[in-house]
Amino acid sequence: MFAYFVRRVLAAIPVMLVVALFVFLLLRLSPGDPAAIIGGDMASPEQLAAIRQNLGLDRPLHVQFFVWLWQLLHGDFSTSLMAHTGVLSMIGQRLEPTLSLALVATALTVLVAVPLGVLAAWRRGSWLDHTVMSVSVLGFSVPVFVIGYGLTTLFALQLHWLPVQGFKSIFDGVGPFAYRIALPALTLASAHIALVARMTRASLLDVLGEDYIRTARAKGLGELAVLFRHALRNAWVPILTVIGSGFALMISGVVVTESVFNIPGLGRLIVDAVLARDYPVIQGMILLTSGVYVLINLLIDMSYAISDPRIRY
Amino acid sequence: MSKPVSLGLPAPRRRWAKLPRPPLAVALAALVLLALIGMAVFAPWFTHHAPQALAPALRLKGPSAEFWLGTDAYGRDLYSRIVYGARVSLTVGLGVAVFSVAIGLPLGLLAGYFRTLDALLMRVMDGLMAVPGILLAIAIVSLSSAGLATVMVAIMLPEIPQVVRLVRSRVLSAREEPYVEAAVLMGTSTFKLLARHLMPNTLAPLIVQGTYICASAILTEAILSFLGAGIGTETPTWGNIIAEGRLYFQLKPGLVLWAGLALSLCIVSINLLGDAARDALDPRMKKR
Repeated sequence: MFAYFVRRVLAAIPVMLVVALFVFLLLRLSPGDPAAIIGGDMASPEQLAAIRQNLGLDRPLHVQFFVWLWQLLHGDFSTSLMAHTGVLSMIGQRLEPTLSLALVATALTVLVAVPLGVLAAWRRGSWLDHTVMSVSVLGFSVPVFVIGYGLTTLFALQLHWLPVQGFKSIFDGVGPFAYRIALPALTLASAHIALVARMTRASLLDVLGEDYIRTARAKGLGELAVLFRHALRNAWVPILTVIGSGFALMISGVVVTESVFNIPGLGRLIVDAVLARDYPVIQGMILLTSGVYVLINLLIDMSYAISDPRIRY
Repeated sequence: MSKPVSLGLPAPRRRWAKLPRPPLAVALAALVLLALIGMAVFAPWFTHHAPQALAPALRLKGPSAEFWLGTDAYGRDLYSRIVYGARVSLTVGLGVAVFSVAIGLPLGLLAGYFRTLDALLMRVMDGLMAVPGILLAIAIVSLSSAGLATVMVAIMLPEIPQVVRLVRSRVLSAREEPYVEAAVLMGTSTFKLLARHLMPNTLAPLIVQGTYICASAILTEAILSFLGAGIGTETPTWGNIIAEGRLYFQLKPGLVLWAGLALSLCIVSINLLGDAARDALDPRMKKR
């Protein structure tokens, strides 16, 4: 298994190289002077010259790429135009709200979607199954911001149960944190819940026809034990894949959710960077999120090998 | 060893003749979509206010006989703006679906057939797929001018790898079939082999995938417009109607919710049609 892990880690390197190459070419091939894009509208001629010097624009393209890559590997992600601070430290400051939101949303997804999917598969063809399935079509078809504003209208403007927007750190107390994160997390989780519930149902249906399920029932196990201990355990791998690959889904969701609920996280940072044409920040965010995406896929692949002993490489 | 011909073959592809009557939801979805397309194409006939017509004296009015859904913060007719907004959404959805299939199909055929090309091409596709689509689109739009074409290219780029992978996987399994071997032995040219023998295997799943790409492109366009990284605000789109409406959301939720309803209806309908097409064309194929 260790050899497999090493192989997977090595396979991730070319993927990240392609991402880096892509981000690099995006800037170089776009119309206009890369130095002017990096420097922004306010840059003086001296600053532009310094940037050109730093980027090595007079050197051949492949040399520029490796110089840039070398800087990245040393943690030099260039400087934000908006804040005049390093891109990495800027991202670090905005990490907590986004991480809280994503973790709460993922927890919500697993807690809601997996039982729903199991129920739907267990009572296949019943009204419950039909309801879960049709609501889930809505769940991943209705855009995040529509769900966000719909939930806000209901729970904040009509019922006054929850606040319209805002964020409090969990370090300021769990109560205020939960009070403000509930709606954004539910909004972000909605599409995810729909997908995971469908996948849980489909994956469980595949398994429920197996002999060992009949055996488990025949030896008198309760339905709960049959469903969760025997069926779900064997149906787990595709469900895990959806939960993991839903990360990409969550990134676009985070960008929108943070805008709807005015949460000062990475999503807001991207939107602000786009509005300010702050290319260094956009570039840093793409590299970072792609890296995390590759890393999560790596972890999922490894967790297969650990959680399902039938998978051997 | 050769097996009996009737075993192990996929279900016959032409199933239109045996197509069961569509369920109510699918029929409704088709109707909604047709209505939206009709409204988009003949937008001037369905509205009696220009979507850009300003009327500062009539800002933020409620629904009335004159303004069916009320007016926005500049006194523009919300209903007209939503009708015209359908044009952008449907153009982007259809355009992205057609072009990403048109670009992804040949790439996938080549990758599936030529082993040497495959390794290189698929690494590039893996890299492209690792970048979250929305961020890629944002980066492209923020680097160039924000026109319809830029937005479409930006949305298309992350979709292409999906098409390539799908086509490639179909080609990989089809190229082992005896009829492909027979065609090779008969000296069929590579082009003809790809176009006549391998490509037809990919069409059914591509129709389904194309439908989902259409829905996802409409969604991404709306998100880009909503974030201010779409086509300019002078053209009404469902995304920028929502973005402008959100400033007055607590006062007039309708400014956000009506465009949101149009957008959701459109995407739900396309997804339902995609599901129906999948069930009809290939019952074994599961949604990604």
